[in-house]
Amino acid sequence: MKWKWQYLEEKFIQFLMLISFGLILASLLAILFTILSKGLPSLTWAMVSQTPKGGFYLGKEGGILNAIIGSLYLALGGTLIALLFAFPLALLLNVYLSKTVWADWVRFSLDILWGIPSIVYGAFGFTIMIFLGWRASLLGGILTLALLEFPIMTRAMDEVIRRVPPDLSRAAYALGSTDLETAFFVVTRQILPGVATAVLLAFGRGIGDAASVLFTAGYTDRIPDSLFSPAASLPLAVFFQLGTPFPEVQQRAYSAALILTVIVLGVSLLSRWLSHFLDRYSIQ
Amino acid sequence: MSEISPHIETQNLCAYYGSTQALEDVSIIIPRNQITMIIGPSGCGKTTLLKCLNRFIELEENARVEGKVLIDGENIYSPYVEVTEVRKKSGLLAQRPYPLPMSIFDNVAYGMRIHRLRPRHEIEQAVRHYLQVAGLWEEVKDRLHAPASQLSIGQQQRLCLARGLAVQPEIILGDEPTSALDPISARHIEKRLVELKERYTIVLVSHILRQARRLADYVIFMYMGKVIEAGIAQQVLSAPQHEKTQAYISGEF
Repeated sequence: MKWKWQYLEEKFIQFLMLISFGLILASLLAILFTILSKGLPSLTWAMVSQTPKGGFYLGKEGGILNAIIGSLYLALGGTLIALLFAFPLALLLNVYLSKTVWADWVRFSLDILWGIPSIVYGAFGFTIMIFLGWRASLLGGILTLALLEFPIMTRAMDEVIRRVPPDLSRAAYALGSTDLETAFFVVTRQILPGVATAVLLAFGRGIGDAASVLFTAGYTDRIPDSLFSPAASLPLAVFFQLGTPFPEVQQRAYSAALILTVIVLGVSLLSRWLSHFLDRYSIQ
Repeated sequence: MSEISPHIETQNLCAYYGSTQALEDVSIIIPRNQITMIIGPSGCGKTTLLKCLNRFIELEENARVEGKVLIDGENIYSPYVEVTEVRKKSGLLAQRPYPLPMSIFDNVAYGMRIHRLRPRHEIEQAVRHYLQVAGLWEEVKDRLHAPASQLSIGQQQRLCLARGLAVQPEIILGDEPTSALDPISARHIEKRLVELKERYTIVLVSHILRQARRLADYVIFMYMGKVIEAGIAQQVLSAPQHEKTQAYISGEF
């Protein structure tokens, strides 16, 4: 009987979906469990409030405040600079270039940039810095992260703008708006929730990246006091501490990972809340 | 029969989408302060004609226009005319209302702000005025700063009317503005339009003959991109001259 087959098919596919859902959930829980169980014991107040003291990497006193602050500086700076370029480009793509081949080429280039491994960005940034005679510095790291985040942010915004109903821009044109007024007052307002998500997505990617800041921002035990001093970062704090032969230092690596995860989690929650809040005004 | 005073006039207007011709040699007049309805079967070019009147046709891909559209004697396709000025002269009601992604108040204030039509302190008063004219004030006066997307679709269409009137147009264009609405909201819009014709020239596209009988003062019947018959509504609708019009009005297609 035919309906029985359809019923089985339906159940089978549902079963597959449940499995994928279960796998994703299980991986997330496994990761959280690992960093919580290994990181929590050594997550002390000193970890988040002190910079490394002498002998920190041998298991002595100190914390990773340098990496926390460094990571925040790097990711905030990189995100801000990427935003300065990504947002205008995304608008340009959809308002002025929308019907030209240029738009396709730009999107294609951005997709390639998105796919480039971050170590390549790091090496590229490093080459430029050598050419300019800079040493590893906060600014170098920020600029490299901006490069890394820029294609992600632009494409995420681009997809959001592309989903703006064409009739919405027309409503603005019908009132005698210029392209610029339509872009800034109407399209921007409509896509604000999506822009917030794109920015925070790129921020999350930036703050978690180790390879691009390895050469460019360097690593230091001090909190950077100028754009030209080197800056530590959480991913590298994890990397260096895991690389030591001392179990207590390795355990601190997990608490650094825990701090990084909490920051990223906080950013994701913030982005959900923000886009939900901003979404009230958008036209569905 | 009173003398017809034309507000809009088209001269040998042709429109093309790529290589397909959508309008063929359309020369019509649209009388001032009356409701003109463009009727005809689907795909006959009604909407295209309407889009030519506020240069919306330029937003379509590969669209091309020949001929002239004169509003108050001025060709709106002349290179010396600013497209935003043309569009400001007419309020548009689309098939499906699209409020702007902002509050009810800001929707109406938007046009006044971008065109700097009024000093800041007068905007509040003006918003109230246009919402009253559109018959929406009573329903929204307590939630002016709520998102416009929360309104029902019928209220949204009246908001779009208020928003369009706020840029002080002379003309109201409607592309089947009641087709997405429930019957009561549709009546509401129709009633407003009848009130507004004292001050505005109104051009509506419709495929509902009964609506044309209810509202139209002047009728343009189109078929396959051509204007077959145009004239005073009563004459065209009750005693059409052309056989195509007769066939359409008796419901043959």
